[in-house]
Amino acid sequence: MSGKDNGYMVGSHLEKMLMAGHFVVTGELGPPQSADPAVIHEKAELLKGYVDAVNITDNQTAIVRMSSIGAGTLVLQDGLEPVIQMTCRDRNRLAIQADLLGAYALGLRNLLCLTGDHQIFGNHPTAKNVYDMDSLQMVQMVTDMRDKAVFECGDEFKGQTAKFLIGAAAAPFADPVPFRPLRLAKKVKAGANFIQTQLIYDVEAFAEYMEKVREMGVHENAYILAGVGPIKSPGMAKYMKKNVPGILVPDEVIDRMTEAGKEWAGKKSADLSPEEKKARSKAWREEGIQVCIDLIKEMQKIEGVAGVHVMAIEWEEAVKPIIEGAGLYPRPEVN
Amino acid sequence: MIIGEQKPLEEIQGLLGDAGNVLVVGCGTCVTVCFAGGSREAQILSSSLRMSSKLNGQPQEVSDVTVQRQCEWEYLDEIEKEVAEADIILSLACGIGVQAMAKHFPDKWVIPGLNTTFLGIPSEQGVWEERCAACGDCVLGLTGGICPIARCSKSLLNGPCGGSEAGHCEVDPDIPCAWQLIYDRLTEMGKESYLLELQPPKNWQVSRDGGPRKIVREDLRLITDELES
Repeated sequence: MSGKDNGYMVGSHLEKMLMAGHFVVTGELGPPQSADPAVIHEKAELLKGYVDAVNITDNQTAIVRMSSIGAGTLVLQDGLEPVIQMTCRDRNRLAIQADLLGAYALGLRNLLCLTGDHQIFGNHPTAKNVYDMDSLQMVQMVTDMRDKAVFECGDEFKGQTAKFLIGAAAAPFADPVPFRPLRLAKKVKAGANFIQTQLIYDVEAFAEYMEKVREMGVHENAYILAGVGPIKSPGMAKYMKKNVPGILVPDEVIDRMTEAGKEWAGKKSADLSPEEKKARSKAWREEGIQVCIDLIKEMQKIEGVAGVHVMAIEWEEAVKPIIEGAGLYPRPEVN
Repeated sequence: MIIGEQKPLEEIQGLLGDAGNVLVVGCGTCVTVCFAGGSREAQILSSSLRMSSKLNGQPQEVSDVTVQRQCEWEYLDEIEKEVAEADIILSLACGIGVQAMAKHFPDKWVIPGLNTTFLGIPSEQGVWEERCAACGDCVLGLTGGICPIARCSKSLLNGPCGGSEAGHCEVDPDIPCAWQLIYDRLTEMGKESYLLELQPPKNWQVSRDGGPRKIVREDLRLITDELES
């Protein structure tokens, strides 16, 4: 990886942290279904100092929210570095490039290229989707924008280029499983500088995946951040295991969550007093945070894992105890 | 072939309004094969409309006729007399046939009785599945004969998204994941290397995105001078 400015491609804090070899922590912030900047500032306040950069989701789960670039600019004003998420679902190649020129001009430097959840899952299921490009093609396009100063059509930039640290996602346990390490390699070949994975709860399976990734040397060409996130209840763990494609939740994790609420075992929610419900929820959440801490400690042992991507969306309060509990606070400084 | 599906009776009745004399025109090709708009369906729909209009107290004269192909002028000439007698034409062809009828009989109001749904295949008795999106730049030579444009919910060109699970698409458990099928096929055929090639952004200009498409084959055109001489 080379560039003009002290060897950095874009000089973002995230890039500097990765290049310095620190075990990096990124977070996630979901913009509101409103035009209220206060929500963004409140969430940013909870994450600032605990993560090195924060992903700003782009109409996540295909529900209309404040734009990633808009919310990312607000976060940047708060002194927290954003990673702009950009999906192929809502924009064609013209719109993606135009928005990225604007994003760069606003001071945004990190980008995560995603295919995007299908609109059928969101609140506008009758919308026309775009999918002019896929995430790999977007990675290649933005790499060429940065490194060759050309637009997708081949035309050259007229002036300042838009330079981003380019990220892509990986779903290690989605089908077809044998293809997943190869797909990751393909994304890195297209130009991805960092990778954030889907939520990992099965460390053993992830270690096997990483072994294949290392065999291809992919970890030497991109920084791989393992996706982790706290679970709120045994029900949530079971739901993810059963219903979310590409997420493996070992029974051990479900058992730990169940055990945490054993004082209230066998009682239906309807039979519990509000105080009991609150106490049970607190016990579950504490264990969920502990499970997440333990996962991070396991991830640190896996060769080729450059950090963690902590997804605690709509539970941003959990990030502080997780990062502190994992011994990752305070975050290192880089210049 | 072109697959169609009959519109709900209430919608058809709404489109017919109070027309006194209705001609239902079936089409003998694709929509016959998919049991949506052939001679049999034209007869059944005609009798349903006769009965329902009678029950509604405004009886309509409904007759039916079926041509071999509504999308070719020569077959439309055959029903000139029936069309002349009708107040309104209810076409049971695909959208192409409906438009051909409207063009060929410019003084008649033509309405569609079907929704043209997709280009597909009867995968088993009573089941039809989409296979082609007519994108104008066929990629089947790279994907083992399985189309990612028509069959992947996101028309991805570089492999499966994270929503592929146990062979199906996250959009609907009844939709097979096109990229699982492509992966299996290419692996079986020893052509895994195709999976690793980065496919560039597609040229959608030759698809509908370039505007309505037209093919002109000079070698097949009838030359006006020759016809006139």
